[in-house]
Amino acid sequence: MAISYKPTRMEMSRLKKRLVTATRGHKLMKDKRDETVRRFITFVRRNGELRERVEKLMGEAMASFVLAKAAMSTAAVEEALIVPAASAKVEVGSGKVLSTEVPRLTYVPSGSRSLPYGALGTGSELDSAVVKFAELMPLLIELAEVEKTCNLLADEIEKTRRRVNALEYVMIPQLETAIHDISMKLDENERGNLTRLMKTKDMLKAKEE
Amino acid sequence: MADIAMIGDKDSVLLGRAAGLDVYFETDGREAGRLIDRLAREDTKVIFVTEAVFTAAAETVNKYRSRPFPAIIPIPDSTGPTGAAMENVRANVEKAIGVNILF
Repeated sequence: MAISYKPTRMEMSRLKKRLVTATRGHKLMKDKRDETVRRFITFVRRNGELRERVEKLMGEAMASFVLAKAAMSTAAVEEALIVPAASAKVEVGSGKVLSTEVPRLTYVPSGSRSLPYGALGTGSELDSAVVKFAELMPLLIELAEVEKTCNLLADEIEKTRRRVNALEYVMIPQLETAIHDISMKLDENERGNLTRLMKTKDMLKAKEE
Repeated sequence: MADIAMIGDKDSVLLGRAAGLDVYFETDGREAGRLIDRLAREDTKVIFVTEAVFTAAAETVNKYRSRPFPAIIPIPDSTGPTGAAMENVRANVEKAIGVNILF
């Protein structure tokens, strides 16, 4: 959709101002996009690394849990874990990556490191599974933070890219065309006016003679 | 109520309880979605879900993608990683850059 306008000087200067704003906005958006992408890449690299590590360690913890379940009856395992340990906390803050709000999570360990069940009737495999998992927690929280940041940044980059493209391929060309059209029209009017004046002068001259 | 919750099948998430997480046994996508909604309302900060639940409740998961909290993070279940979580990371890259140049 083209911009509708009246071919007047006022309108043209208004459009010119808009063009200046659009151009500056476009430059800013483009810079923002480039910088967000740069940050995103470092985050996403880290995300990939963390995920690989978590998946490996998680596999180990799960494997020892399976061993524990083999050594003990299912009921005994469930009984041992039925009382939850002191609930784990995360300290929550929020940071900004180029005006995108991202979460900052810090893991607060649940105080005592001891197992939430007695030694009676539980195998050492269960202990090792639980300990392994507990050691994994800080890593999991870090993964949560980084992965969420990546999600948010990816969304933001997409939005910014759309804005950049809208400005670059729609807004700015439309404004340029409109300004060009108006200046053509004004020139044409000017020429029309000039011709009319000359014509009138000729007519007046002819009358005098 | 803890800040961190975990949703998945019994075998996979029972361990989380020993680490002090709120653990929910749920594998059905729709029910898990409802659970996630409830947890989000209750201000849970991080929700770990098994990859199976992550795929089953994709609709709800996507709803919370663009909000800072809660962070819904897929983790491998007792059968090992399926690649769904890595796929998610890859999708992010594609969304942001257009092509996958990193993984």
